[in-house]
Amino acid sequence: MAIEVRIPTILRNLTGGDKAVEGKGGTLAELFTDLDARHPGLRARLVDDKGLRKFVNVYLNDEDVRFLGGLDTPVADGDNVTILPAVAGG
Amino acid sequence: MRFDSLLDSLGRTPLVGLPRLSPSDDVRLWAKLEDRNPTGSVKDRPALYMIQKAEKEGLLRPGRTILEPTSGNTGISLAMAAKLRGYRMVCVMPENTSAERRQLLRMWGAEIISSPAAGGSNEAVRVAKRLAAEHPDWVMLYQYGNEANALAHYETTGPELLEDLPTITHFVAGLGTTGTLMGTGRYLREHVPGIRIVAAEPRYGELVYGLRNIDEGFIPELYDDSVLTTRFSVGSRDALRRTRELLEEEGIFAGVSTGGALHAALGMAAKAVKAGERADIAFVVADGGWKYLSTGAYGGTLEEAEAALEGQLWA
Repeated sequence: MAIEVRIPTILRNLTGGDKAVEGKGGTLAELFTDLDARHPGLRARLVDDKGLRKFVNVYLNDEDVRFLGGLDTPVADGDNVTILPAVAGG
Repeated sequence: MRFDSLLDSLGRTPLVGLPRLSPSDDVRLWAKLEDRNPTGSVKDRPALYMIQKAEKEGLLRPGRTILEPTSGNTGISLAMAAKLRGYRMVCVMPENTSAERRQLLRMWGAEIISSPAAGGSNEAVRVAKRLAAEHPDWVMLYQYGNEANALAHYETTGPELLEDLPTITHFVAGLGTTGTLMGTGRYLREHVPGIRIVAAEPRYGELVYGLRNIDEGFIPELYDDSVLTTRFSVGSRDALRRTRELLEEEGIFAGVSTGGALHAALGMAAKAVKAGERADIAFVVADGGWKYLSTGAYGGTLEEAEAALEGQLWA
């Protein structure tokens, strides 16, 4: 088991076109570091020195991680992580 | 109830219990029927507030043109009010929105400028901002950044909910312009200690997220995450499933975004049951299902409905 991470179209150039990749880690930050080892450059597109980038939304099992613990949010095998760019509604 | 005109009948919508979908007598769900507004959606509230504010500020006078980027409901509300008050209405709308929305807009006399499907409402906002720059005499009310949008809910939706449900513990609504959640959320936070304000954000098909660059993302100027307790992303499958449950179990014929809000509300209800807590969870029925009949949301299997909605803006 691993953590499934869904990748938005705009970042798939970093995953060889894959819509979803797998990774491991105890927190979201560790997961992103793990993914970056196999998909170099991915982490930098998601995170800057202040934390999650402004227009990047990350959901753990459909819940926005900004309301959980941000990059320190605990993750575990079997979890689903979805990355999406922020877009307008209404 | 008697009113001087259609616009005067805005708001004071019913709050109805969901006896079959509520898990227990201690954990109850309540639906705020915003489809019972003059043009059939929650957007009548912010639309009228934004127009009245622009009139007070002297921006709008009869004969002038209102411009607005909208995936539908706000445009429909504005078009109706504009027609009654003598304004010309121009909507910028993504091309991947339902046929009924276009028909309704034209019926109330609005002109529609289509923006590309890829990029969804982001593109509509961009096109509208460009048009506003080209036509300085047009008035863009700009629902994403207009304080009157949130104020409408602060002054009407919030007080109505508290009056009808003084024991409210959770408020759940769809997240688009964020106006409903910001305005209602602020009001309830000021009056109900510990209230939970929960956003249900629609997760569309990939086409809608077709940005060229992640820095082209968009966050409405009205959005203040400190008002929210949490925020869920709800995919079209869950939204459709819940929309159908609401119809089958409780008889409420709602639009697809309401299914998204119900999905989040049921998630909060399950948490309350697990924690042994009492809960009165109110959620917003943003509109009725009429405008989505042509999308196939209500017929066939869930899989077929989900496939038909792929790439559509359903909220």
